Amino acid sequence: MRPAFLSAAALAALSLPLTAGTNDGVLDIVAPFEIKGADPVTSGNIFIKMDLAETLVNVDPDGRLTPGLALSWQASDDGLEWRFDLRPDVVFHDGSAFDADAAAHALNVARAKPGLLETAPIAAISADGGDLVVTLTEPFAPLPAFLSEYRSLILAPAAYGPGGEVTEVIGTGPYRVTRLDAPLRLEAQGFADHWDGPPFIDRASYQSVGRAETRALLAESGDADYVFNLDPASVARLSGLDRLEVQSVSVPRSLLIKLNGDHPALSDARARQALSMAIDREGLAQAILRYPAGADQILPPSLADWHSETVAPLTHDPEAARALLADLGWQPGPDGILTRDGDRFSLVLTTYPDRPELPLSAAVLQQMFADIGVEVVIDSTNSSEVAVRHGDGSLDMALFARNFALVPDPIGTFLTDYAPTGDWGAMNWDSPEFTALIRDLARGEGGQPERDRAIEILQTELPVIPVAWYQQTAAISGAITGAVVDPFERTLGLRSIRWAE
Amino acid sequence: MRRAILHRLAQAVMVALLVGVLTFLMMQSLPGDMAFRIAAGRYGYDNVNAQAAEAVRQELGLDRPAIAAFGSWLWDLMRLDFGTSVISGAPVMTEIRHQLGASLQLAGAALALSLVIGPPIGILAGLRAGGLLDRVLLVLSTALRSVPQFLMGLVLIVLLSIQLGWLPAAGHGRAEHFILPALTLALGLAAVSARVARDAMARVAGSPHYAFGRWKGLSEAQMLRRHGLRNIGVAMVTYLGLQFAMLVEGVVVIEAIFGWPGIGHALVHAIFGRDVPMVQGTALLLGLGFVLLNALVDLAARWIDPRAGGVGT
Repeated sequence: MRPAFLSAAALAALSLPLTAGTNDGVLDIVAPFEIKGADPVTSGNIFIKMDLAETLVNVDPDGRLTPGLALSWQASDDGLEWRFDLRPDVVFHDGSAFDADAAAHALNVARAKPGLLETAPIAAISADGGDLVVTLTEPFAPLPAFLSEYRSLILAPAAYGPGGEVTEVIGTGPYRVTRLDAPLRLEAQGFADHWDGPPFIDRASYQSVGRAETRALLAESGDADYVFNLDPASVARLSGLDRLEVQSVSVPRSLLIKLNGDHPALSDARARQALSMAIDREGLAQAILRYPAGADQILPPSLADWHSETVAPLTHDPEAARALLADLGWQPGPDGILTRDGDRFSLVLTTYPDRPELPLSAAVLQQMFADIGVEVVIDSTNSSEVAVRHGDGSLDMALFARNFALVPDPIGTFLTDYAPTGDWGAMNWDSPEFTALIRDLARGEGGQPERDRAIEILQTELPVIPVAWYQQTAAISGAITGAVVDPFERTLGLRSIRWAE
Repeated sequence: MRRAILHRLAQAVMVALLVGVLTFLMMQSLPGDMAFRIAAGRYGYDNVNAQAAEAVRQELGLDRPAIAAFGSWLWDLMRLDFGTSVISGAPVMTEIRHQLGASLQLAGAALALSLVIGPPIGILAGLRAGGLLDRVLLVLSTALRSVPQFLMGLVLIVLLSIQLGWLPAAGHGRAEHFILPALTLALGLAAVSARVARDAMARVAGSPHYAFGRWKGLSEAQMLRRHGLRNIGVAMVTYLGLQFAMLVEGVVVIEAIFGWPGIGHALVHAIFGRDVPMVQGTALLLGLGFVLLNALVDLAARWIDPRAGGVGT
């Protein structure tokens, strides 16, 4: 019978062994980040990780700035002019030469778009002979760190359209794009004319896979060599496989609860301290996030300059929390919820499901707060609602993840978020001492004691309550060597990866 | 014929208007500030702040009244201009062509694979209704149909990709990337199309004209070719139209599991990012796609059905 024959043939065709799971000569990277287009402002995080384009300044795993497309840099005595000595003999993927004009053009385009560079006090970026010169309106010490961020990637002049829109990814990196299938895939090939020589592996691919289960399956099946952002359950399973290495590093991303300092129940620092003491960080981190421990201050030890050794760690002490709230005049009502002058201690906690652990953590926090008599209603909505409600003053509290390492120096984030208030940081909170410390540090004045003092103020005043520090996890195939998991989530170390012997 | 085509055209215009109005109203009724959502879609939520949102608001003119925005969308549509995505800045048509193309390729592969698997087995079962194959098929198709597609996808990945190492677990770009997602969709479709074919075949095989054919001395193969296939064809084609609607639903789930850059993926992200032009364009094309499909199914059924004076009579 013909139909029977056809189905038999189809089944036979399906059982032919194909190329899955074998080394096909392509270094396959899988991560959840989607390619939104060719512009570094939207997708630069992928271009920098895939070594397609480079920045003037690089960062080592300890957060120290190292030469990138600039060999060195220094500020003028008044701190108002930064001069970058650019690397010679660098070419873009289209064969054009990298020089100060090209760098100035790329940075000026980036500066006109939303991003960190837009927030820096820059008056002008221009070429001066072979040097790139950045003129400031006020001294700004973290400028080189800002230039290491993915939105400051340098693309060739030919990459831009007349309105500054990026039409093509033409960088100077050791890999060049051969195919860009936004939003999920790109392919790249080693760039023979790279200033540091071509990479060891000639072909690489990037695939965006949104579901954590699928990413884990790709690592397990051997289809991908390097898989990012594993979910807690997969970490445990993949760690047991011989042909995979699961690496985990603590990253400068913190899980925080932001509080409205103008809310009648939250305006006193003791109320915020009581909420902080209600949280069993250890339990939450281990049960929900599967991390070894919670956060006892805002930044993790991997940000050595900003992780203070001197502040008293945040602790879990519900008894003390209840006592503090009683001091503030809160008394348990008939249903166990605290009341004061007829008002219930009831708050709306805004969070978002983009990170699946957030609503889950919110539910656990709700129980912990209920234990000290505070009622919390969870509103799991779009992430942008945190910034919107901050803006219109309607936010009570929000649970969110904040990346402090968009630039390796978190001073940029502190400036926008806490000196004195910002969409993702303090809300209706103002500490003139803290603001002065941060602004001085940004100008390059002050050192470790000032940073420690600033952290101490945050730790005591608690405009946000730290809950946990994130960990980045990756599964790396035994077929490759030389991969690194960068705590600053900036590089995958592609140029130094080789096939294993 | 002309009346039928005019009827379908009028239907297409109605669908376009309805989809436009409904998607517009739905997007307007979503809570939250559109400028912030678009900024989050573009720059990632780490980088959303009031400044970025304000820049987006200015750039896209989000302050103008909703009715003006709808009017300009309608005017653009009449000139067959779908606008540009507010997230990527690329023309909506370019984005949809890429994403719908990927979905259609996957749906087409799934449909073809399901036709190879389902109807032949169904016909065999229908020829011996009540036989062993028929009973096995009933159990198997019920089981396959009742398994959710995401579970089926994961089971197939674990089996064919991780245990046997035959196929890539997920991804897009090479021919072998088609097989697992298409097979996941096809098994669910084949489970039903096998039953449809089996019932139609059993009905035809039990009919007097089939008995007459046998009495004339025709072989089973001749009988099937001359009297069977055409008769079950009408049922199959009508069912194919239905299957396509099921496919659209399944494709959304399957695209998410297999990292496939399709229209389901695009629509979900466009809604999250408040990319109104993309949502309108995608919904519009899907709506018109259904109208076209219905029209084609009608025509094909008329063409095949011997009673309606179709081919071969």
